[in-house]
Amino acid sequence: MDFFDQFPVMEQQELRDFKKGIDLAFRTFARTYGEAIENFFEPLLFFLVWLEKLLTNSPWPMIILVLAGLAWIASRSILLVIGTIISFLLIGYFGMWKDTMSTVAIITVATLVCLAAGIPMGILMARSNRIQAALLPILDMMQTIPSFVYLIPILMLLGIGKVPGLIAVCIYAIPPIIRLTNLGIREVDKEALEAIDSFGATTWQRLTKVQIPLALPTIFAGVNQTIMMALAMVVIASMIGVRGLGVPILRAISNQYLALGLMNGLAIVALAIIFDRISQHYGKRIQKHREGKNL
Amino acid sequence: MSVVKIKIESLYKIFGTNPKMGLEHVKNGVGKDELLSKYSHVLGLQDINLNVQEKSIQVIMGLSGSGKSTLIRHINRLIEPTAGKITVEDQDVMAYDKNALRNFRRQKTAMVFQRFALMPHMTVIKNVSLGLDMQGFKPEEAKEKASKWIEKVGLNGYEEKYPQHLSGGMQQRVGLARALTNDADILLMDEAFSALDPLIRKDMQDILLGLQSELHKTVVFITHDLDEALKIGDRIAILKDGKMDQDDLPADILLNPKTDYVKKFVEDVNRSRVLKAKHIMQKLNGKDISKAIKVNENDFIEKFIDRVVEEKPEMIVVQDKQNKNVGCISSKRLSEILKK
Repeated sequence: MDFFDQFPVMEQQELRDFKKGIDLAFRTFARTYGEAIENFFEPLLFFLVWLEKLLTNSPWPMIILVLAGLAWIASRSILLVIGTIISFLLIGYFGMWKDTMSTVAIITVATLVCLAAGIPMGILMARSNRIQAALLPILDMMQTIPSFVYLIPILMLLGIGKVPGLIAVCIYAIPPIIRLTNLGIREVDKEALEAIDSFGATTWQRLTKVQIPLALPTIFAGVNQTIMMALAMVVIASMIGVRGLGVPILRAISNQYLALGLMNGLAIVALAIIFDRISQHYGKRIQKHREGKNL
Repeated sequence: MSVVKIKIESLYKIFGTNPKMGLEHVKNGVGKDELLSKYSHVLGLQDINLNVQEKSIQVIMGLSGSGKSTLIRHINRLIEPTAGKITVEDQDVMAYDKNALRNFRRQKTAMVFQRFALMPHMTVIKNVSLGLDMQGFKPEEAKEKASKWIEKVGLNGYEEKYPQHLSGGMQQRVGLARALTNDADILLMDEAFSALDPLIRKDMQDILLGLQSELHKTVVFITHDLDEALKIGDRIAILKDGKMDQDDLPADILLNPKTDYVKKFVEDVNRSRVLKAKHIMQKLNGKDISKAIKVNENDFIEKFIDRVVEEKPEMIVVQDKQNKNVGCISSKRLSEILKK
């Protein structure tokens, strides 16, 4: 009973040709369109480089002051401001200032890209069940496929550099903002929508006056998740040429430097906590109407 | 004579995947229960015909599931009918395209909802100016108009509060002000006061009647409460299972119920409290009124019943505001009406 002992596999030669065919096709695609795609991302690269330079070249006390100021504006929590200042002082003292600034730069740009693309996609998804049905499996795939796997086509297309790194980070970080924008809008109270319809709202008025404002807490949970996912990709992105805290971690892995790995790892944790708290506080603060009764 | 503002003609609404098929069955005499069990379609409304008079309050009454909320949503097409015609001021509402419908909703109608449906993220003043906002009014102008109506419903001082900081009654005042700010002729009120406590409900009814005596809107008012219907309605239509049982003056609903359903509905009503002299008076026709007592046409029976018992007149003369005799009630008729 050969059939039950041996799985009916594809012929070795055929399988090899099959894979080769795909590789070749993609290589041709990369050769033909690689440059065009690179040019497309040129402005993004420009912005990323500019931000990174700005962050690394500005005097460090000023950067800390600006970050502390942002923390204050977003959260109005003195504790968070003090925490931010101490964290960045420690990061600087242990010699990780430059790498941290590079990481902050790529996280910022990646988050902005994710929001700019993800929120409109989430809105579209909420408007149509068909789009939702089409996008959901893609989002599932983006979140579960091992990041190393999609690094391969990105590398083939764009080579090693900041832009491919940024794209890799975005692929990993964009699903939550799309999902939660969609969810938030779908969960908006039907009665509020009926009311605004009864006053003759246009689709745009419906979206901007009711759907987005009421979905905002959920959308903000998505923003928060996206930032966290982007930070989690820092180490992997550094494998394909993104500077930042991931680079020393990679070096620490290959050379078994415990202290170096730990320190840079903790710096990422510190960034994560600071960004998380700031975005969460901000999300809560813009929901003034949710404050307790004060009549 | 009175002018018909909203005309609803043979309106049908069937919910389901194939409403047209359901409509065929209904027109062939299939009932609500059979439609649901055999064809899994829900009969929402069946052959509704209704004329709403201009500047009057038309009450539509029915228990839950009778289709009253579905019916009111057809007037501004929040729900599309399966068949039938709706005409507002001689304009066919069903013929409106998206734009025309939007303008119609902005300018002709305003709606008040059972559970208020206020925008939780907007302050009271923003909520009240919502309709003007949709129409593209300048914020200052919208604010000014909104403030006027906030004052009219007695909410001044609360402009910058958020809805959840207000009690239910106050929230519905915001809902009422929001609808009135739109300055539309037609006010659609979907069980507007049903979610409120009895005392607050009475307040709101009085506010509505007070405003109506001044504004003369065409109001379509949905309720499941007969007392409320009798108190505020100029006419009352009774819906049952998506069908109109009776559409009449309040007094006629009480005195001449057409179906058993309506009869059962009005059985326990305290007539002396809801019927006014003018509702039950008959023509004078030279009857002997020398020993009659005089009452105002707008007095409830309750108000003059004590005098009738004390003085035992043969006849009661009904007068209007200018003390002109407009009708009479014999004591025999009065006792018949009160006996039920």
